[in-house]
Amino acid sequence: MRVLVGTRKGAFILNSDGARKSWDVQGPLFPGWEIYHLKGSPVDPDRLYASQSSGWFGQVMQRSSDAGKTWETVGNQFLYEGEVGPHKWYDGSPHPYEFKRVWHLEPSLHDADLVYAGAEDAALFQSKDGGTSWAELPGIRTHKTASEWAPGAGGLCLHTIIIDPTDHDRIFIAISSAGAFRTDDAGKTWRAINHGLRSNHIPDPDAEVGHCVHRLAMHPSKPETLYMQKHWDVMRTDDGGENWREVSGNLPTDFGFVIDVNSNDPETVYVLPITSDSLHYVPDGKLSVYRSKTGGDDWEALTKGLPQEDCYVNVLRDAMAVDGLDPCGVYFGTSGGQVYASADDGNSWNAVVRDLPGVLSVEVQTLK
Amino acid sequence: MIQVVLPRNLQSLAGTGRTVELDVSGQATQRSVLDALEARYPALLGTIRDPGTKRRRPMLRFFACEEDHSDDPIDAPLPSEVAAGKEPYLILGAIAGG
Repeated sequence: MRVLVGTRKGAFILNSDGARKSWDVQGPLFPGWEIYHLKGSPVDPDRLYASQSSGWFGQVMQRSSDAGKTWETVGNQFLYEGEVGPHKWYDGSPHPYEFKRVWHLEPSLHDADLVYAGAEDAALFQSKDGGTSWAELPGIRTHKTASEWAPGAGGLCLHTIIIDPTDHDRIFIAISSAGAFRTDDAGKTWRAINHGLRSNHIPDPDAEVGHCVHRLAMHPSKPETLYMQKHWDVMRTDDGGENWREVSGNLPTDFGFVIDVNSNDPETVYVLPITSDSLHYVPDGKLSVYRSKTGGDDWEALTKGLPQEDCYVNVLRDAMAVDGLDPCGVYFGTSGGQVYASADDGNSWNAVVRDLPGVLSVEVQTLK
Repeated sequence: MIQVVLPRNLQSLAGTGRTVELDVSGQATQRSVLDALEARYPALLGTIRDPGTKRRRPMLRFFACEEDHSDDPIDAPLPSEVAAGKEPYLILGAIAGG
């Protein structure tokens, strides 16, 4: 088991065996740099990609071919293709597109050299040569609604990329705060898939875009079903995003960032409620993962091993992941630098590490 | 040889120490020094200058001989002491953030 952790001041790799009880901590890698995301190729688990960035020094991309023992810098030129129009700024005025950083990396399911990068300002890039060079897939940034998109508090970021395992030309992405989009032709054209979302800050209840989607999750055996943690509301679709319905049910608050699906059951879903959009920490000082075994609506708190007093951490959108074992391992990292792991579907938790820099992302590789 | 002093994060990225020595052909200007630096350490491409526009990143400054050269023309000659290797060309990150 290999857990890849991106933090505000470097990356860490946590290694364990299938028991997931004893962990070896490797790092910090790239010390002092923000590591928004790192992820391994499903085709070649030794091939890792990392997004390294800094407000001072810009974007750097890293690639490893030996499971993170050594790294090499690869291409870091992310140029928007063609004429670049404006998006809306926070005050509604037009604001020019400008590349800031890569939020999320999604290696292909069939080619270790093919990898997608989701960027701020919202754009999707593709590399076919292992990250050496990058080309924009401009269809999403030039979507007919793009001039209406406005940044969320974290920026106008394309932060989620999910490839349909049954049809690699079908890709789902999410942008804060534009919404969710789907391509069925490998990124050439996109359609907004936000029907059924309701956002209090949008006057039009049927608005096609403008929704602050925080995260999407899919179980590979059921690619028509997607779960969404929106700014407020936990949502579900069973028709590839054509229609969404709310499944927040009995959650104590339906604000949050992460959402993930148990690797052994497409109806078992995890979220981590956060107090509100103005109070980015867990409710009542108690850190709780909530699990639904019914695909939403009915949720139970999972607290065993998690702090239940004086805890005021946040868990960011890319900071939860599941492994491929049975029972399923669930992992998440906090703004306080803890990485918690459960080896029993979330029933109990242990802190793998407690004092890392603030965690930005967590990914898991289940090694054979 | 021209001496260039790098900030800590770029030292680790380039896998080098605080000061690097560069053989710069022709006149020593900020452009020729930065071109030589990026050619010697390709990992630094895009981290000091925007990779597209080649403009200085806004939170970096360039100093030499106790003078701020950050906003000087990129092709202006650097001080003779820098060209002679007696004084370093310093790349500094702004003191900001945590």
